Amino acid sequence: MSEESTNKTILKVDDLSVNFQVRGKTLKAIHHVSLDLHDGETLAIVGESGSGKSVLTKTFTGMLEQNGKVVGGTIDYNGTRLTDIKTDKEWVKYRGKELATIFQDPMTSLDPIHTIGSQISEVIVKHQGKSKAEAKKMAIQLMTRTGITDAARRYSDYPFQYSGGMRQRIVIAIALACHPKILICDEPTTALDVTTQAQILDLIRELKNEYKFSMIFITHDLGVVASIADRIAVMYSGRIIEIGTCDEIFYDPRHPYTWSLLSSLPQLATKGDNLYSIPGTPPSLYADIKGDAFAPRNPFALKADFKAEPPMFKISDTHYAQTWLLDPRAPKIEKPKIIQNLHERMEKQMESDFMKRAETEDIADAN
Amino acid sequence: MQTNPEIVLSLRDVAVTYGEGKNALTAVQHVNFDIHKGETFSLVGESGSGKSTIAKAVLGIHDTSSGVVNFEGAQINGKLPAKQRHALDRKIQMIFQDPAASLNERATVDYIISEGLYNYHLYDSEEDREKKVRQMMAEVGLLPEQLYRYPHEFSGGQRQRIGIARALIMQPDLVVCDEPISALDMSIRAQVLNLLKKFQEEEGLTYLFIAHDLSVVRYISDRIAVIRHGRIVEVAETEELFTHPIHPYTQALLSAVPVPDPQLAQHKQLIVYDPSMHHYETDKPSLVEILPGHFVWCNKAEEAKYRGELAGLAG
Repeated sequence: MSEESTNKTILKVDDLSVNFQVRGKTLKAIHHVSLDLHDGETLAIVGESGSGKSVLTKTFTGMLEQNGKVVGGTIDYNGTRLTDIKTDKEWVKYRGKELATIFQDPMTSLDPIHTIGSQISEVIVKHQGKSKAEAKKMAIQLMTRTGITDAARRYSDYPFQYSGGMRQRIVIAIALACHPKILICDEPTTALDVTTQAQILDLIRELKNEYKFSMIFITHDLGVVASIADRIAVMYSGRIIEIGTCDEIFYDPRHPYTWSLLSSLPQLATKGDNLYSIPGTPPSLYADIKGDAFAPRNPFALKADFKAEPPMFKISDTHYAQTWLLDPRAPKIEKPKIIQNLHERMEKQMESDFMKRAETEDIADAN
Repeated sequence: MQTNPEIVLSLRDVAVTYGEGKNALTAVQHVNFDIHKGETFSLVGESGSGKSTIAKAVLGIHDTSSGVVNFEGAQINGKLPAKQRHALDRKIQMIFQDPAASLNERATVDYIISEGLYNYHLYDSEEDREKKVRQMMAEVGLLPEQLYRYPHEFSGGQRQRIGIARALIMQPDLVVCDEPISALDMSIRAQVLNLLKKFQEEEGLTYLFIAHDLSVVRYISDRIAVIRHGRIVEVAETEELFTHPIHPYTQALLSAVPVPDPQLAQHKQLIVYDPSMHHYETDKPSLVEILPGHFVWCNKAEEAKYRGELAGLAG
């Protein structure tokens, strides 16, 4: 978590909608989304597959698939209206240089027939206009910085000679080669093992402090989110249904979908009991959704949820949620019991655990 | 745990080697564990550690290069008479990771679920088969009108239900679940895990569960084996393993599990495992029962050290 986060907005999304044309049918992937990214912060976007989290961030770098189109709303980056950009030539000024993306699968984001080193220095030559020799020197420095040991020798290796974790380090090195202002991480650790995941998350945190970029972090893993985010936006069927600080989303969630997500954490379940599961499946994005998109799966749904889409209700300066439950006329409904004392429950579980014990022993040793 | 539980599956010093001669690669070795009737036994480890190789050795998909695999008292690795192999293939079923890739996309749900019944003639009449399939579909939460649909018409969670129905209609004794929920979304995971649990309670099924998500493994398993580089480094009951991990690799693995709580996550310390800390040149390691039911891969010197630490904890 960073202290540098100010309230200056570096990226502003206003009322954005994105449609895809699929075999003559219209798929509504993003539905009236508004979002601010503050300078220096880490904003996590959480949601299930198909909720639109990747599509949303692809619009920031003009990387929507051919059949996708922004049909409404605006995206502003540092005084530039990104939604007005028409040509790829113009996009190159921003994509990679100002806003860089790290994708989930490091296997497919590197070119298998070029050496690791040439793929990093190519970016430096192209965006910073350095000579080849200079670029190579910088590339080796970056490789060392991202944790590749013996970087000079491994400069001319090919991607297949690297493990998954090392490849992801290279992808990070490429992304940071032009000192972007915004780093978009699209599930950067999902394909990695837990121990590698923990190392990559540590690396990203360190580099963020060093390079001072703002970050958008897409994931579906609430454990990862808790360790990295300043703020969290929860998406469901193309909408942001709740947004708030990390503490607000975990300890004071307001939208029933956020409740369900937290309730289904296996860490909160008692052994032998059933896990909380959300009934049904997300709605089809081809259909027109009437009312609240989550209503059919929502055990707390009100009549109003099936009739009209709720507006964003303000809970605090940083916390908003899109549910009729926050309307003054709505009945007062408490969040499910299982997540009412989430922190106490997690703490209690950890107390008996090895990790917590090791930590307290360390403190005892230090004293 | 009850005393003298009935052992369904036992592996003794099992090794699996891929390739031959100088290209030979020993994927797993010194694999020792027992699975008790009605329990969920989990294998956890990173990709490439050999989890799936062990599962394939149990299923007879891969030959073992040494050791013994016993199932319900009879050895099942090596060459088997065709009749015994055939009978085993029914008793040990598998649920796969990716339901999109493991179901026959040209077959209807009706055929996919019935295929085993056809192969083993496990029905009296066409009417009986249909009844069994419909009953199974209802139990996994699929609707009768979906009987003649194809896999691509279903969502990931529904496809995994088909995969479960296909395996369980054979009334197996042991079900090998290879990462059955890794490809599913979080809200769907809980549905599938609950379903697996329901069948275990109703039918007394035994699961060999393979996964890398430790929070899920903790919730569903009775006992856990941690595997690294083809060797089992620690076996213990679930809560024992999470509260008193002994092997340094297990400790590192547990320290890397993300905690879904912002305040606790901030204070988490990552433990890094360095394999060069072991000195196995002269003092050879083996799987030692350090506490009742708690096994650790260590040599004599390490065993003495671990026992010392345990005595310190108790005192």
